[in-house]
Amino acid sequence: MSTSELKETQAHCKPAADKIMFSDAIVDAVKNVQKRYPDAQGAVLPSLHIIQKEYGYLTAEAIRFVSQQLKVPESDVFGTATFYSLYRWASPGRHQIQICHNLSCSLLGAESLIAHLEKKLGVCEGEVTKDGRFSFIRMECIGRCDGAPAMLVDDEYHGELTPEKIDAILKKYE
Amino acid sequence: MRHVLQLCALLEVYFMEKMLLKRVDIPNSTDIGVAIKHGAYSVLEKAFAMRPVDVVNEVKRANLRGRGGAGFPTGLKWELCARVPGDLKYLLCNADEGEPGTFKDRFILQQDPHLLIEGMVISGYAIGAERGYIYLRYEYPKALGILEKAISEAYDKGYLGKNILGKGVNFDLSVHRGAGAYICGEETALIESLEGKRGQPRIRPPFPASQGAWKKPTVINNVETLSNVPFIISLGAEVYSKIGEETSPGPKIYGVSGMVSKPGVYELPMGTTLREIIFTHCGGVRGGKKLKAVIPGGASTPMLTPNHLDVKMDYNSLVAAGSMLGSGAVMVMDETVNMVNATYVLVRFFAHESCGKCTPCREGTSWLYQVYTRLMHGQGTPDDIDLLLYICDTVKGKCFCPLGEGAIQPVLSSIKHFRGDYEQCIATGKCGH
Repeated sequence: MSTSELKETQAHCKPAADKIMFSDAIVDAVKNVQKRYPDAQGAVLPSLHIIQKEYGYLTAEAIRFVSQQLKVPESDVFGTATFYSLYRWASPGRHQIQICHNLSCSLLGAESLIAHLEKKLGVCEGEVTKDGRFSFIRMECIGRCDGAPAMLVDDEYHGELTPEKIDAILKKYE
Repeated sequence: MRHVLQLCALLEVYFMEKMLLKRVDIPNSTDIGVAIKHGAYSVLEKAFAMRPVDVVNEVKRANLRGRGGAGFPTGLKWELCARVPGDLKYLLCNADEGEPGTFKDRFILQQDPHLLIEGMVISGYAIGAERGYIYLRYEYPKALGILEKAISEAYDKGYLGKNILGKGVNFDLSVHRGAGAYICGEETALIESLEGKRGQPRIRPPFPASQGAWKKPTVINNVETLSNVPFIISLGAEVYSKIGEETSPGPKIYGVSGMVSKPGVYELPMGTTLREIIFTHCGGVRGGKKLKAVIPGGASTPMLTPNHLDVKMDYNSLVAAGSMLGSGAVMVMDETVNMVNATYVLVRFFAHESCGKCTPCREGTSWLYQVYTRLMHGQGTPDDIDLLLYICDTVKGKCFCPLGEGAIQPVLSSIKHFRGDYEQCIATGKCGH
């Protein structure tokens, strides 16, 4: 992905984080997290996490902001950010479903659960439901194999899933 | 008198059900007050009364081997780092736990963080590191909050920070959260990621022990490895090394998943047989089905068959049986599983996680994935088995780091043990389970 492509993908998204001025709280949080590391570049991952937590996803503006705050070249921050699977580049749903499809979960029916989710939500992997409530992605082992098949909804684990159980869980999230 | 004390300690070990997981079931075990009441931080005093070199030697004599997967002798790793001159060294805890099937460290991270912190303070003291980081995988959001709270409590009580217990020992600790990359469990990739870079492995030498994080001497140990340290110091190497298998003693947390009646974590002496783990502790195969295959140590360890059930689950015995202990993540498959399908899932994972740095791994894993995708779509050809073996050969021994080598293990072992599944899949076009 190049920076120009990145801008393209953001054009239709709302609310666009690049229209938002990064708040003093974010500036302070990025400043604070630098204290944990012997040099500023160490703070690249945590700074990106801070922004993603606040706005839900990263943008070209977020990369520029981190670059300026940490005095690390923009290209390096961009290179780092795009290496990892779990930085997001588009707005997720209000609740993010991360469902595991690795071996322990797939042995116990993960694929049919994913098919159920797609049908139930009416979206494919990576998309957001029309009402903005949910988005979902497939995950490579979330370390909940003892409760397989399993998923994370936001920061909460749900295990030993069945289609009925998924339906009941989704009802809890507005 | 010394012998009587030793005998008591031995008996205690013998009758103790759990060490590493002894606090995980206690309500509010993550609270520092509760943890202290049940023995947390009680070993610091004894450790600080020893010289750092004696702590290193105790761990060496205990023959502790790394629980992350490679099984490197921990004491030796420490000694290499401790010997390098310099005031600034780092201790990194590898809590990336990304190996599919592995979830053992999650129990310590989420339910007994103070055991890990105590282990890290002692380990830092031993190698001369005053700064530590816990590299935590992104997929453990719950552990993140728990660890950060535990660390802040430990600072408040004076078990972290400056002049711990008034003994002049300093140790600072923080959590560094990953962002979704299996490769960061490889120690030099972990260092790159800690430094804010793309998580791609570094060439060695220099080894981390001499030039690791920010070019300073660095030790990287797994969560379970570091959690063993307080017990080695409190029991003494002699007593500790009586637990489990002689060549790699100690307790081991086996994490069992897949088609067993009672999946979960089981802390057992190192070297417990696969049969005992699956049939005695996990209640056997789910639904009374027949066992077909077992992955003994996570996705990158070769598959075994029911003929291997009596193998002792320790480093050397599993190598002799043609596999590896890895992280001790046992994945159990019953007779209904098609091994082409199971291997497809694992190959898809490795193709996704290959970091792209070296060609054999980047291309090899994606080629494997393409061939398996073809097989799964019922479009396999009779040449595909040989093609898979050929691709494995172009990867084997030619990669920059162990990821590529791990990726071909499920392919090679499933073809070796379950060739019939492949032949049937190619002949009938049906490869689902």
